[in-house]
Amino acid sequence: MTKTEIPPAVTEGRRPGEPVTRRRLTAKPARATAGSGRMAALLVSPTLLVLSIVVIYPTLMALKESLYGPKGLDPATGFISDTEPFVALKNYADIFGEAGERFWNAFWNTTFFTVVTVGLETVIGVAMALIMHKAFRGRGFVRAGILIPWAVPTAISGLLWRWIFNSDGVANALIGHQILWTTEGFHAKVAVIIAEVWKTAPFIGLLVLAGLQVIPKEVYEAARLDGARPPRQFWHITLPLVKPALLVAVLFRCMDALRMFDLPYILVGAQKHSVETLSMLAQNEASNVRFGPASAYAVLLFLYVFLIALAFVRLLGADLVGEGAARRRRRKTERRRMEVTA
Amino acid sequence: MTTTLTTRTTALSTRTPSVTAKWRSALLYASVAAVVACCLAPFYWMLVSSLRRTSDIFDTSLVPSPVSFENYRAVFDPAQGFGRALLNSLVVAGVTTVLALVLATFTAYAMARLEFRGKRLILTLVIATSMFPVVSIVVPLLKLFTDVGWINTYQAMIVPSMSFALPLAVWNLTTFFRQMPDELEHAAMVDGCTRGQAFRKVIIPLAAPGIFTTAIITFIAAWNEFLIALSMTNKPDMQTAPVAISKFTGATTYETPFGSQMAAGVLVTVPLVVMVLLFQRRIVAGLTAGAAK
Repeated sequence: MTKTEIPPAVTEGRRPGEPVTRRRLTAKPARATAGSGRMAALLVSPTLLVLSIVVIYPTLMALKESLYGPKGLDPATGFISDTEPFVALKNYADIFGEAGERFWNAFWNTTFFTVVTVGLETVIGVAMALIMHKAFRGRGFVRAGILIPWAVPTAISGLLWRWIFNSDGVANALIGHQILWTTEGFHAKVAVIIAEVWKTAPFIGLLVLAGLQVIPKEVYEAARLDGARPPRQFWHITLPLVKPALLVAVLFRCMDALRMFDLPYILVGAQKHSVETLSMLAQNEASNVRFGPASAYAVLLFLYVFLIALAFVRLLGADLVGEGAARRRRRKTERRRMEVTA
Repeated sequence: MTTTLTTRTTALSTRTPSVTAKWRSALLYASVAAVVACCLAPFYWMLVSSLRRTSDIFDTSLVPSPVSFENYRAVFDPAQGFGRALLNSLVVAGVTTVLALVLATFTAYAMARLEFRGKRLILTLVIATSMFPVVSIVVPLLKLFTDVGWINTYQAMIVPSMSFALPLAVWNLTTFFRQMPDELEHAAMVDGCTRGQAFRKVIIPLAAPGIFTTAIITFIAAWNEFLIALSMTNKPDMQTAPVAISKFTGATTYETPFGSQMAAGVLVTVPLVVMVLLFQRRIVAGLTAGAAK
């Protein structure tokens, strides 16, 4: 692939026995603090600029836009207006009034999908990880296999499951019973949940597997000597130790499920009462050029996602940034360096 | 799938205290096979369905007989415009990946290597953006792009795609850079390199595998994007492949052309599946680096 040779200069510099370490440590601090701040600003600012343009600016625009009504006939003056009238919180007030039914339906659908799919994915994912952790041969094959649902575009998996759940499709042939999966009703929700869990449970399994692999074997050895049976080992050793990895995985899955769009949109269809999510509702309003209500829905979804994320970090202590550990480690090395120089 | 399931249940029923290690491992491999089968079965079904003739598309046998490439020919019928859709997908996902990687490499280096004020805040911001509901930026951007006449352009799809591609790339690369020992660039700097030279001559070549992995993951994410591409286009010849496939029309108005949808689905997914098979170790490393540390 790409050459990953270390240039000769570096290897020379690291030759053992040479007193480079001392020289580097005394020279570094003064130069690093002055230079690195400016350098960091230079390196980080393009990303911050782009993110401001594609995320922060649209968010502010959405907030503003949600306070405006549609163009058209102004009821107060009877004139057709070219600009969008300022309606203050009317779009939000409508959610508790005339547009309320559709909004709350979408809100509960979103919540229902999130709770059920993430719950199932977590249980199935952990089970998959435990199985895969035990298997030694063919690990590469297994990993490639479980990566495939992740790699299939969600839109394509929506079509795929629509085909499987077709009235003459293989799902009905397998259960020997005709269910019109992709029409309105509770079975449409079930179809979305099955498709979503298929796509993402292996992914959780993968993340948990990574967490499992860093647990030292000795811990289990000790537990076995103390007479702990496998279920007890699982509850008291495995679960607490993979908890950080699992929490982050579940948080990310929750955020993803809350913005679910492609799967219900393709599998069942747009404007279907039983599967319409908040993302679908907002997109549908926007594509009908009702930007005011669309923005209001988008803002509410954003707040919902934000609150859930905050609750995760606060209540469950998900260490998202990973800085906690990194910082502690760095402080320790710094202290060690100081000692060396002294 | 059914065979592995039956093996599994028989294995369970024979499980007595005297169970041998052999049985145990048989049970284990049966469960592993069941997991893999569950993951692959729907994908296999897509492949099989794409190879059936239109006349026996509702057949539920496990292998298509006779094998027919009729659906694939239908996909490349100029009327569907699928070739153009693939090209659009390639341009949008490719440009998004390249832009995100270039910006993210600099930022991730600063995040992993430099100490500066507000670092934690920036990292939190980057992660927060990656969890953002895409629809809440699509709605205002759709209005903006409508006003400036950007609807049905590549940039209208690439710019919003940066909102998830860039945080993903920054996040991934930061973990990769962190794993590299600090001593490398210190040594280079001792030998007279500036930080910039050390970065260019030492860090970039060594980080190449990490950058490559990040590129794959970002590309897959951008290639799979649907909501932005759906909202920002209304002309068929500017749609990306996932959107185009979802809008395939059949010979008659009332039926969904499942055969050609499955064939197109296979064509869109196969490059990703090949990448997964070739680089599964790296992809797993990249995906789990962020979450499991």
